[in-house]
Amino acid sequence: MTQKSDPKFEALLRLGDNALILGHRVSEWCGHAPVLEEDIALANTALDLLGQTSLWLEYAGEVEGKGRSADDIAFLRDAWDFRNVLLVELPNGDFGQTIMRQYLFDVFNRLNLEAMKTSTDTRIAEIAEKAAKEAAYHVERSEGTVIGLGDGTEESHRRIQDALNILWPYAQELFITDEVDEEMAKAGVIPDPKSLQDAWNAEVRGALAEATLEVPEAHFGHRGSGKDGRMHTEHLGHILTQMQWLQRAYPGQEW
Amino acid sequence: MYAQMVKSTGKGVKSLEEMEPEERHFQEKVDADIRIEPRDWMPEGYKKTLIRQIGQHAHSEIVGQLPEGNWITRAPTLERKMILLAKVQDEAGHGLYLYCAAETLGISRDEMTEMLLSGKMKYSSIFNYPTLTWADIGAVGWLVDGAAIMNQVPLQRTSYGPYSRAMIRICKEESFHQRQGYDIMMKMAKGSEAQKRMAQDALNRFWYPSLMMFGPSDANSVHSEQSMAWKIKINTNDELRQKFVDQTVPQAEYLGLTIPDETLKWNEEKGGYDFAEPDWDEFFDVLKGAGPVNNDRLEARRKAWDDGAWVREGLLAHAEKKRASKVAAE
Repeated sequence: MTQKSDPKFEALLRLGDNALILGHRVSEWCGHAPVLEEDIALANTALDLLGQTSLWLEYAGEVEGKGRSADDIAFLRDAWDFRNVLLVELPNGDFGQTIMRQYLFDVFNRLNLEAMKTSTDTRIAEIAEKAAKEAAYHVERSEGTVIGLGDGTEESHRRIQDALNILWPYAQELFITDEVDEEMAKAGVIPDPKSLQDAWNAEVRGALAEATLEVPEAHFGHRGSGKDGRMHTEHLGHILTQMQWLQRAYPGQEW
Repeated sequence: MYAQMVKSTGKGVKSLEEMEPEERHFQEKVDADIRIEPRDWMPEGYKKTLIRQIGQHAHSEIVGQLPEGNWITRAPTLERKMILLAKVQDEAGHGLYLYCAAETLGISRDEMTEMLLSGKMKYSSIFNYPTLTWADIGAVGWLVDGAAIMNQVPLQRTSYGPYSRAMIRICKEESFHQRQGYDIMMKMAKGSEAQKRMAQDALNRFWYPSLMMFGPSDANSVHSEQSMAWKIKINTNDELRQKFVDQTVPQAEYLGLTIPDETLKWNEEKGGYDFAEPDWDEFFDVLKGAGPVNNDRLEARRKAWDDGAWVREGLLAHAEKKRASKVAAE
């Protein structure tokens, strides 16, 4: 972890990187979804997430004060400098895994953004105001689809239950609190993730019960986390290889 | 535009005198530019030809997501990535409007999809060419969408109401797509040596396939004559191709790129360019499935459909359960 970097910069990277990496994953579905309406909805979700990415990373660059643009930050860092949680970098798997990952993240994202609307940092409050509306719509869609698949056929139930079993422990990483979070929460800039956990649990468990799914007994066992950069999966490097390729192969060009 | 070689009845165009009263009434409405709506009487051949044409167009939008989708995860900036995503999303939306328009003729979207996947229905030949560099995304917007617009603008006045309305919505978005494609080409053509090379290479590869999008000359085709009499085709393929070349050549000049046609020359007399025909043997080969990426495209669509079956079935079963419990409660 880059020691003593500005906690606000770190916190903004976490927000931006979660949106960037999840947006990348969701965009991989383009043209390959189970039904045309899902192609449109997934592209829309990816688009919203990438829009949020731009806003967070642009501000991160300003806070850092080294003249880096949102693109510089997105396209010119290596894996160890990424601050996204592991959940969002996991491969898409089948559609069930994609939509379950989306749902678990969407609820967190909406709660987080709702709380940030009253941030003491007005720029963050403004971004949250806009992004919270998008996140609310994402939750509506992903929740409905998770419930539909859980309470659908035997096969759809089995597949979405498998997805939950894989993803549930990763979702717990969203609520790990470290010194960056503590400092940001104390200053009223960004809420302590732990403070969102009860609301997240109540909402998510409610929907999963409606989906006739069983919440597994599992927790996030890693000591390092994606959000402090001490841990990532092997998948992140491959995402970056693809995402950053043009910028790396032809440095310094206008596109 | 994405409809090529659409067959009609195969017979010549009947005169009004040869028609039964209901067909004459129908043709008189078409001649007077009165829209035909789903509940109106229409000749079987009109309906069948429209299903082929709208279906082919819809499939092209769907398959057309793939060559551009190929670059979403590799787009060079966040802004370019978002513009491309929005564009591909629009195309899926166009597919949806068009399938809905075709459904008013009594065929379901699932039936049309099955026909695409079994090879019974076609999509535009252009999507069987690969996008190899980022400049190809510019070329697709500039040339492919540019060619599409040529055909779609007149089709806003087509005789079938739902098709015409779909075209009006689609045309609004397509012109935005073409502009963003040209914008990518501008950046590339004014950029580094490598970028210029990519831009020229993209033009070289996409020029003739773009000309093929209009289909072979149909000046003497009975299918075209019939479709034009029905106003589901407004211009001949050659007219549109000429218009496209005349519009595109100055744009290429502005970019400082060379159209890969040594015979290209302004013809004062006709007020348009003379240009080389594309290789029509190649066109027919690609239509038959021998293009560079035909297999990849259909395979991707089949996989999406097959892998997605459990999702569609699951969501349908859930909707049924909800409806049943609602009925039981009432």
